[in-house]
Amino acid sequence: MNKIWIITKRELSSFFDSLTAYVMIILFLGLSGLFTWLVGSNVFLMNQASMDVFFGIAFWSLFFFIPALTMKMIAEENRAGTIELLITKAVTDGQIVAGKFLACLLLVIIALVCTLPYYITISQLGNIDDGGVIGGYFGLILLSAAYISIGLFASSLTTNQIVAFLLALFISVFFHLLFDVIGSTMTGALGSIFTYLSTRSHFESLSRGVVDSRDMVFFFSIIVLGLLLSQVMLSKRNWQS
Amino acid sequence: MAIHVDGLTKMYGEQKAVNDISFEVKTGEVVGFLGPNGAGKSTTMKMITCFMAPSNGDVSLDGISIHKDPESIKKKIGYLPENNPLYMDMPIVDYLHFTAELQGVEKSKIPARIGEMIEKCGLDREKHKNINELSKGYRQRVGLAQAMIHDPEVLVLDEPTTGLDPNQIVEIRKLIKDLGKQKTVILSSHILSEVEATCDRILIINKGRIVADGTAASLRTQAQGQELLTVSIDGKGDIEKELRGLASVEKVTGLEGKENWFSVQSKPDSESRKAIFDLCVKKKWYLTELTGVETRLEDVFRELTN
Repeated sequence: MNKIWIITKRELSSFFDSLTAYVMIILFLGLSGLFTWLVGSNVFLMNQASMDVFFGIAFWSLFFFIPALTMKMIAEENRAGTIELLITKAVTDGQIVAGKFLACLLLVIIALVCTLPYYITISQLGNIDDGGVIGGYFGLILLSAAYISIGLFASSLTTNQIVAFLLALFISVFFHLLFDVIGSTMTGALGSIFTYLSTRSHFESLSRGVVDSRDMVFFFSIIVLGLLLSQVMLSKRNWQS
Repeated sequence: MAIHVDGLTKMYGEQKAVNDISFEVKTGEVVGFLGPNGAGKSTTMKMITCFMAPSNGDVSLDGISIHKDPESIKKKIGYLPENNPLYMDMPIVDYLHFTAELQGVEKSKIPARIGEMIEKCGLDREKHKNINELSKGYRQRVGLAQAMIHDPEVLVLDEPTTGLDPNQIVEIRKLIKDLGKQKTVILSSHILSEVEATCDRILIINKGRIVADGTAASLRTQAQGQELLTVSIDGKGDIEKELRGLASVEKVTGLEGKENWFSVQSKPDSESRKAIFDLCVKKKWYLTELTGVETRLEDVFRELTN
């Protein structure tokens, strides 16, 4: 655990030193603020003290931002060869992947914490459903964790950051959108399987304040699978021939 | 800390990058890997440092196998990879701190260790810079500093002096020699004089196999069984014929473009210096030059790897 934290600390400070963190937080706050307060179907138009608008925006903006965070994580180390230096230190491949995962997740959580003033403001405007808000934030964190895990896997497949970015988007878009669309065109068991695979339905039930074990199992499966696959790709050098 | 390498093999597809290599390095020995590009030096080092698992065979440090406990082996090894990859966006001190933490240096001792490394590797003037602001030579020093930060018992250095200027090369060699007094050091190079200057023992690797193993001196005699002398004599008469007439001499050839200069090869297990001197005394010639020709390591290397 200690080793994981050492790696997480380095990755986090690299996010902040390279300004990635500030750009990501400002863009995220700007976008979600804009749509929550000023344009489109904003809070005032809806005339409801609810965070639903914000969660809807965050659902999409995180989908785009996260691959940008994860793309360099392993791909860049592979390209620069620093992975060799890292692996030959007293750490396991699993600890490296976990450390990087945690760093991305913490950055997303920091960005989400920065949106708490939205909640405070809206709660002054009327009666807000606290359960829904807590569930919504929780859902956003789980959603981000799942996409980070996918992003890390994409990053472990290549030495090119752009490829890693696009690959992460490509894999994520199935969960984010396509499975939902496919599921809605089908009926019966196949239809419900595809609907189950889409993140939207799970996120929506969480943001209503309903914490269901099926949603948890879904997100945690993606997270664990993504991390395991990243670790396998990292260990590939051992059996590669 | 002794290193045992036993039947180490690494396959890249059909190609055997390292082919059944076995050797031993004793504590406090400085061993140099010598070989042409692509001979398998780096691959062998990558397996010793637990970066890659071997396809076959085993490496053990004081009885601990890389298959059993890579964690504790990695802790005992300081490794400088080829091309010295570093996190370019990090300040030197932060990077050394990160490495020290990962290698399990006690928290209270980290600042002192960093200070020591910065002094030892001559980074004092540059210590507040980011790594990407450093010249190649200084980056190499950072690479060395990070390898030694946790005071490892074994140092594995893959081409430690590439990119350094002659002064720095001398400094780094001296540093390696000093380190070699207490630590086990494996270094690779294709600069022969460097290996000769720093290493107690040389392993020449070619096409994934060890083709020679010994000290620089023993490798030379191995390649050059017979004594070879360069002789210059000032005198009258047929000098070449007289030299040929000596009992211990096998071959005499005149040196091109030089009058009365000869290359004299002795018969196996005999030497001719004294005989040549006596001959000159007898004939009242002046012996103006008599030197033994040492086989250069270059020749040994070329002979073994070509």
